[in-house]
Amino acid sequence: MKTWTRKDLIGLDDLGAEEIGFLLDTATAFKGVGERNLKKVPSLRGKTLVNFFVEPSTRTRTSFEIAAMRLSADVVNISATASSLQKGETLKDTALNLQALHADIIVLRHSSAGSPRFLADRLDSSVINAGDGSHEHPTQGLLDIFTMRQKHGRIAGLNVLIVGDILFSRVARSNIHGLVKLGANVTLVGPSTLVPAGFEKLGARVVHRLDDVLGEADVINLLRIQHERQRKEYFPGLGEYVSLFGLTKARAARLKPGCLIMHPGPINRGVEIDSEVADGAGSVILEQVTNGIAVRMAVLYLCAGGAGLPT
Amino acid sequence: MKNLHIKNGRVIDPANRRDEIADIFVVDGRISKAPPPGNCETLDASGLVVAPGLIDIHVHLREPGQSHKETIATGTRAAASGGFTSVVAMPNTSPAADSSATITWIRERAKAVACVNVFCTGAITKGLVGEELAPFGALAAAGVVALTDDGHCVQNHEVMRRAVEYARMFNLPVMDHCQDYSLVGDGVMHEGEWSLRLGLPGWPRMGEEMIVARNVMLAELCRSPIHCQHISSGGSVRLLREARQRGIPISGEVCPHHVALTDASLKTFDTNFKMNPPLRAEEDVEAILEGIADGTLNILCSDHAPHATYEKEVEFDHAPFGITGLETEFATFCDLLVHKRKVIPLGRLIELYTLEPAKLLRLDRGTLSDGTPGDVTLIDPDLEWTFDAARSQSLSRNTPFDKHAWKGRAVATIVSGNIVWQAGK
Repeated sequence: MKTWTRKDLIGLDDLGAEEIGFLLDTATAFKGVGERNLKKVPSLRGKTLVNFFVEPSTRTRTSFEIAAMRLSADVVNISATASSLQKGETLKDTALNLQALHADIIVLRHSSAGSPRFLADRLDSSVINAGDGSHEHPTQGLLDIFTMRQKHGRIAGLNVLIVGDILFSRVARSNIHGLVKLGANVTLVGPSTLVPAGFEKLGARVVHRLDDVLGEADVINLLRIQHERQRKEYFPGLGEYVSLFGLTKARAARLKPGCLIMHPGPINRGVEIDSEVADGAGSVILEQVTNGIAVRMAVLYLCAGGAGLPT
Repeated sequence: MKNLHIKNGRVIDPANRRDEIADIFVVDGRISKAPPPGNCETLDASGLVVAPGLIDIHVHLREPGQSHKETIATGTRAAASGGFTSVVAMPNTSPAADSSATITWIRERAKAVACVNVFCTGAITKGLVGEELAPFGALAAAGVVALTDDGHCVQNHEVMRRAVEYARMFNLPVMDHCQDYSLVGDGVMHEGEWSLRLGLPGWPRMGEEMIVARNVMLAELCRSPIHCQHISSGGSVRLLREARQRGIPISGEVCPHHVALTDASLKTFDTNFKMNPPLRAEEDVEAILEGIADGTLNILCSDHAPHATYEKEVEFDHAPFGITGLETEFATFCDLLVHKRKVIPLGRLIELYTLEPAKLLRLDRGTLSDGTPGDVTLIDPDLEWTFDAARSQSLSRNTPFDKHAWKGRAVATIVSGNIVWQAGK
């Protein structure tokens, strides 16, 4: 694959294996930039990026901001409370205004699934999905896959467990699409209310007993239990959740040597992951954060038509 | 009142088991066996089907209160251009049609501006909130033809039971939008592979089936007819079939989108594919087609639900439910049921749009019998045409069928002997 033809990144469901590979390779080229003294390349000099976060986020927004700055783009951050959406302006009008201000790239975080697609269909600007409802979070999926590839040297054939609230998770969906396309064996683990059997149609295996599959994992990716938005009927309580699906020290001890422990953050220590395990040897949680910048640089660079890869 | 002579058409009149080349006369606004005295306007129907005027029993005309979406004038023009001589207006207006005053306002307005017949439904409960019964006696006196909380569903079974029992006294059928709120929650599309893929909240089949089952039991208990609106789920078809075989007075209707489209259409998050109940899976389409073929589902309609473009052009889960349908429904069904899938012959298609709804609502229409109102629709069942939403007669443009092509179309609409619409004119 020689060229990238998309102006937007909406989801990994839309991409082919070759495109995902190309994104990961481009991210590899950018990874070194962050390790230099002068952490900046001129690839997007003169371009304007708007971080448009209708749903709150610190980690993802900061990561996009750093990625854009390292590419020499100018960055503006807009949050829901500061935007005219509060005054009743529609998403469409806000976006048209951003385009009228000559924003080249709009990074959108929104609580409604499909919102990035809605903007991408109407704007000439590049639209990058930074998480839309329960739909996709493609840059998180890419950075997870990037980290797995960096550590294991491959994706094809890896046994990847994704544990937790799959039903409401955009991170899970982006991981599933990307990993399945690259040939990994994806197993979804969690309560039957939050991991319905219908996910098998997406190419993953569905399992409800973590202890049955723990030993085979090359990667275990733990999703945050979003107890603030969880309706009570999905599972009886956090205590029962931890006993069935939490990565306790005892369970961590049964993982294969070299199994990566991942988490998209923010973590609930003592819920989906034991505190010591989160800080322990197999954990690559903070490397995921670092890799997120390289991956987002690659996405911005390719979608905005940047020139001159760093050597 | 007009006189009219419709010449040389193929007359299909299911009520009288007619299918023959014949002339039809309208004298003083009514169908007549004998030609009118003297000269009158003639319409050459050679090569066309002459059918009783089509009736759509599920239409949102949006007046009073939401005239930015549709008006009685524009909605009935859309009806006429779809071949409909009668429409039945749903009560979820603003204010809701839960009083004789609002019904009278709608009927007076229709008399002044409508180009087709407008029949009113009254609300089952005051304000459509499912708690207190609306005044059925006053609504009946004001001329409603049925009761429904459409757009909403009475959740309290006791309230619904008393509604069905009380409606019986006035010979009014109760129609129900079947949706169990606790099961549907904030669902915006069919719960299935596509809702999982798109991350949109699912609206499970069971949310409809639960209320269809409730209605079967109530129709049996109260010995009074209940009509289940816009059936979308295969399970509902099975419940209705079993109940009808046992002679329970229950019926169901089908909208074109529920057989022409599936939930896979939502993959672009286009809100013109968002309606309630939602588009479902292939297996539901097949079950509904079987239900139409064996008579379980005996009425076709549009659930014409206009919304302004700016209301639909928002985030998917914020967009209102509903699509327009009056101008495309007959073509969609004719193309699919008669031509492509051969589910039913043309005569039965006409029956599902005329005699069957007239029987349910006890309307003196839906036939070409001598002395009935002179409502006639001319149909070219083989005409190939393409719908252009930009030229729609409706005030709104929220259709998933823009630029769709079909075989079959109504080409002229005649109300009481007046030609109110003709294709190409």
